[in-house]
Amino acid sequence: MNKILLVIQREYLVRVRNKTFILSTILTPLLFAGLITTVTIISVKNIDHEKIAVIDNTGTLEGNLENTKALSFEFPKGVDSTNYIAKGYTALLYTPGGNVQGYKLVSKKQFGMVAESQLEDKINETLENQLLKSKYNVDVKELEAERKRIGSAKIDQTYQEGSEVKKGNSGLAYGIGYGSGFLIYITLLIYGNMVMRGVTEEKTNRIAEVIISSVKPFQLMIGKIIGIGAVGLTQFLIWIILLVGLTTAATALLSRETLQQAQESTQQMPGGSIQAAGGAASGFADFADTLSQANWFLIIGCFLFYFLFGYLFYASLFAAVGSTVNEDAQDAQSLQLPITMPIIVSIIIMINAITNPSGSLATWASMIPFCSPIVMMARIPFGVPGTVPYWQLALSMVLLVAGFLFTTWVSAKIYRTGILMYGKKATWKEMLKWAFRSN
Amino acid sequence: MHLLQLKNLKKYYATQKAVDDISFSIEQGSIFGLLGPNGAGKTTLLRMITGIFYPDEGEIIFNGKKFDPMNDTLFIGYMPEERGLYKKMKIGEQALYLARLKGLSKSEAMEKIKYWFTRLGMESWWNKKVEDLSKGMSQKLQFVATVLHEPKLIILDEPFSGLDPVNANLIKDEIFELARRGSTIIFSTHRMEQVEEICDHIVLVNQGKKILDGTVQAIKQQFKENLFRVQLSNMLTDVHSEAFEVVNQSGNQLTVKINDGSISNDVLRYFLNENASIEAFNEILPSLNEIFIRQVEGTRSTRQFQNVTV
Repeated sequence: MNKILLVIQREYLVRVRNKTFILSTILTPLLFAGLITTVTIISVKNIDHEKIAVIDNTGTLEGNLENTKALSFEFPKGVDSTNYIAKGYTALLYTPGGNVQGYKLVSKKQFGMVAESQLEDKINETLENQLLKSKYNVDVKELEAERKRIGSAKIDQTYQEGSEVKKGNSGLAYGIGYGSGFLIYITLLIYGNMVMRGVTEEKTNRIAEVIISSVKPFQLMIGKIIGIGAVGLTQFLIWIILLVGLTTAATALLSRETLQQAQESTQQMPGGSIQAAGGAASGFADFADTLSQANWFLIIGCFLFYFLFGYLFYASLFAAVGSTVNEDAQDAQSLQLPITMPIIVSIIIMINAITNPSGSLATWASMIPFCSPIVMMARIPFGVPGTVPYWQLALSMVLLVAGFLFTTWVSAKIYRTGILMYGKKATWKEMLKWAFRSN
Repeated sequence: MHLLQLKNLKKYYATQKAVDDISFSIEQGSIFGLLGPNGAGKTTLLRMITGIFYPDEGEIIFNGKKFDPMNDTLFIGYMPEERGLYKKMKIGEQALYLARLKGLSKSEAMEKIKYWFTRLGMESWWNKKVEDLSKGMSQKLQFVATVLHEPKLIILDEPFSGLDPVNANLIKDEIFELARRGSTIIFSTHRMEQVEEICDHIVLVNQGKKILDGTVQAIKQQFKENLFRVQLSNMLTDVHSEAFEVVNQSGNQLTVKINDGSISNDVLRYFLNENASIEAFNEILPSLNEIFIRQVEGTRSTRQFQNVTV
């Protein structure tokens, strides 16, 4: 036992003291938060205010064209393309009529996409309002007021959970489920690989033989797995602290108004990545409102459970594969495939499960230890015992723990043989033989 | 007293008998040579002694009791042929880790490490990483890590490979010193001249079987061919005697083989009678190298072996 502790200590300290670890642990959330903040600020600050002089040939726009945050319209006399800049305007807009065909914008610099689309929207809106007024006699201002008075329909979802009636929020559940499923998926791959590389390093450096003459192979393997698991937990803890800190700092720094502005402006922006960042920024705004609705105690508890046992389940398999690899990195890749496949399949099932958390695919997949850590985490936020009955949760957990014991037992046997085997590449058939022979 | 006794050890793999019924015993405080061509089963044998493998059959008696890998490995230091160290780990921490895995407390381990680092001139290495060391330097570190916990049994697999003559001598002296203080040393190598110099007792294994067992002197006696070298001050042209035959003659030096029933004095007597003045007369004992080659030649692994060492 004491020896396992020594191994854990070494595996942990060597990795945690590593410069790459320190940098990636601290920089990742900083980069992420920095990106979101920068995009938010830029999307707000970057909108220049354009003062536009309108030469209104239609004669209907004057007084009807409303100013926006980015655009203001004036209808001055005696302004033309030669003197609009001197008079303090950034652009000159001709409306159709006379010898002007269509709308023409003259400016010294190219208008941004946002400003251009806002301008178009504004003109269209004004024309539409005029049409409504003249043809159907609808006063748009009155219509708006009436709309505000009636209010729009909003569905208030509640559901029965035991004797408790709970307020539902499928969007939040979706977000949490997706996020935690994905997080487990990534950690399984990252830390599983770390275990594999650690084992391969020990084998190819021939240190395994020295260590195995002091500790049992099982102690070395389990020590490494626990040590690296602890590294993972440490990294998560630091990330959570940093993210919470940064989110608080960001929300304090950027006022709610700015965030809403950002939301507004990005809604009109094309382009996926900006949209996503903007979405995240807007997410902050209603974060606090909906956050309290989730059962955090249960979700975090289950997350830690599935994270830990999912990791343990797969880590020993990765260790077994690592022990059979020789110097050739290509071997590692091909041997690794049967282990990474179920993880990748899990994430595909998870994406399906999250839209249909009570479906039979989701239910079955959340029982099987190979994919339960990822799939079950996608279902839990939808409610326990509403969506996931207690018996399913319990069965899934028991099966995962049993699965972990089984994979560790099998892997220990493969590991014991593989770690001291040099020269030829092991086949899966051989590994199975090592795993299931009696001694 | 025997520190280690192997009784009818067997370890079979699917395709070969790696160790096939080997028995021998090792005297406490002796330096024991385990020899054999590549693939003879030495490593498997050593791994059974270090508790890495369990024998299929047979028994290992360590220090008078049945070998218990869980506890007895604390009294064994093993330095495998392929050097194994964590490349990214600092040297001091590495030595400390390996010593503590052998059951030393932290303070004990520190004390021993300081002693050995000072003794072998490695004090300044503490904060260096293994990847910064040359092959010979990491060899020294590995040696220190092997003997740090003062094991009763030290197993060294090719301890001198990669060492320059100065460091090889340094390690050799340490090996003698350890043996003098009561440690038993198993020394596995292909380098026969080192074996002749260092070992008291040797065992030769080939294809999983023990083919020789005895002290270096006894084995040489066993394989001697009654060859003698005679150095004369003048040249004799016609040497002929019933007691011996001349195998080789070059200048004043003759190599003679004594016939059955005669003794070395008969050779001397002949040359005295011939009135030749004898400058030197000595028996030619076969070198271990010759014995080794003779013993394993003709077997399947010979060619493979010869490529590597001769």
